Amino acid sequence: MSSPTLPPGLAIQKADERIMTLNVGPQHPGSGHMRIIVQIDGDYIVACDPDPGYVHRGEEKMAEYRNYVLNVPHLERPVIHDSCNILYPYVLAAEDLLGLEIPERAKYIRVIASELNRCVYTQYWLAIYGIFLGHSTMFMWPAGDRELLIDLLEKMTGARVTHSYFIPGGIRNDLPANFEDVCLRQVNYFEKRIKEYADVFYDNPILISRTEKTGVLTRENAIRLGTTGSVLRASGVDYDVRKKEPYDVYDELDFETNVMKSGDSYARSRIPWLDMMESCRIIRDALQKMPKSGSVRVKLKPNPKGEIGSVYKRIESGRGALGCYIVSDKKTEPYRVKLSVPSFRNLIALPHLLIGEKLGNMPSVYWSLNYWPVEADR
Amino acid sequence: MSSDSKVEATETPEESKPSTDSPKTSAKPAPKKEPELPAFEKNLADKIIEKFGDKTSISFIKPDRVGIKVSRDSIHSVAEFARDVLKFDHVDSVAGVDYPQDKEIEVVYHLSSYTEPSLNRQVLELATRAQREDDPIPGQDATRLPSLRDIFYSVEFHEREVFEMLGVYFEGHPDNRRLLLPEDWADLPPLRKDFRNKGR
Repeated sequence: MSSPTLPPGLAIQKADERIMTLNVGPQHPGSGHMRIIVQIDGDYIVACDPDPGYVHRGEEKMAEYRNYVLNVPHLERPVIHDSCNILYPYVLAAEDLLGLEIPERAKYIRVIASELNRCVYTQYWLAIYGIFLGHSTMFMWPAGDRELLIDLLEKMTGARVTHSYFIPGGIRNDLPANFEDVCLRQVNYFEKRIKEYADVFYDNPILISRTEKTGVLTRENAIRLGTTGSVLRASGVDYDVRKKEPYDVYDELDFETNVMKSGDSYARSRIPWLDMMESCRIIRDALQKMPKSGSVRVKLKPNPKGEIGSVYKRIESGRGALGCYIVSDKKTEPYRVKLSVPSFRNLIALPHLLIGEKLGNMPSVYWSLNYWPVEADR
Repeated sequence: MSSDSKVEATETPEESKPSTDSPKTSAKPAPKKEPELPAFEKNLADKIIEKFGDKTSISFIKPDRVGIKVSRDSIHSVAEFARDVLKFDHVDSVAGVDYPQDKEIEVVYHLSSYTEPSLNRQVLELATRAQREDDPIPGQDATRLPSLRDIFYSVEFHEREVFEMLGVYFEGHPDNRRLLLPEDWADLPPLRKDFRNKGR
């Protein structure tokens, strides 16, 4: 009736006697910076429409105005807790376009930094998952243990969270003296510590009763929806980019991928925890196999120009496969940078998981997707 | 004076050596590789070219990556062939690239496979181009492409993003709403080249 006079973006909806529409977010602590529009019939969700974009910052547009090196600090902002991993595909793609060959020692240090970052991210995610479920011990423990690894990363890179450590051509600076011993000691302690989470969290009957058989994603759906990372592996698909398409030195390191078959929230929350133990294994192995000295960076020409062409590189981040597509037209700035982020790819599964669930299960299902709103919005 | 110039002359080649060495060594293998294309990737590209002939063309064949340019009207059937015959099962990413000088917008699909072990490393890049209008009215002008959502369910959100960021309308997509941008965005689609960041 009066719809022509409405400003763009607004619409009039007819109220239903039975179905109620709820806006969860975008500033609700239970959603992160994202809105989920759910329709409920009594206590059951009948429709769900995720609405990301509240923290969209135009990272891809910004990347078209800066040269290959200046893009490093701002492209890691979407996931500051996993900043090494989100830069990894960009750096690999930029090196391909600039024609750079990376020193062996830098490749190992990158792997160590990226695995430490995976643990730091996962601990942060786990802390929030704990508090979502009302388990405040599980908020305190990961948040505290995370500091151990942050200290290590601070020693390596000079910054607690936004490291800007990877640059096209290698890494910014070499490891400090005596780093190997400190790292080994901290990582061993960290591994011992996260194993204790089983008693308080993963074997806890309250957690199991709340997450088991909720939000089940079948194997077929996981593949059809193109989900990735822990969501995919919790549904029984053994796919990890580190194993299937090894980058840098992952093919020389010894580790396993974790796969579970049930595809429910419990499996999705357990996989990242198991991955952290594999990360500890990778770090120990890399510390042993790493060349003890040598250069860590090739010298770049000022304002290097990329070759004409396009590159698509992908890596396994803390949340799943992260791809970067760069188009270059022989200028100092890339012509187009596209980040294909795991959070955005996993978001499509949310309506499939929530429909038919109780509203009270929404936080546990939503956060089990390992979703990082800022990364999805870019 | 003469000694100074000598020192400079000897220093500059030494300084430039390490910087020029690395591009040279990496640039050398590239031309060598071109004649001997990776066999698996070549085979993959040949299958598509054989089936669709002049509607497709190879843009590059690199280790683990195959790039195919597809004409606008055959992207749907090529994607169907990639799913049913070549066994690609999901889309990794959909990127839109604006080419104002060609009056075209390119949409690049990166296909990958979880279920077929020989394709686990591979990424098939299907690129197609839509007509570009200088004064876009997103959704109502001629900038249109057929949606691949009925073939690859995973493109749903990616195509919504390309629609709002570049104004390419996907025909057959069930849900062509905004995703990341605010609902009342009334400017140009922001990833077009004529949308300039302020102060840049």
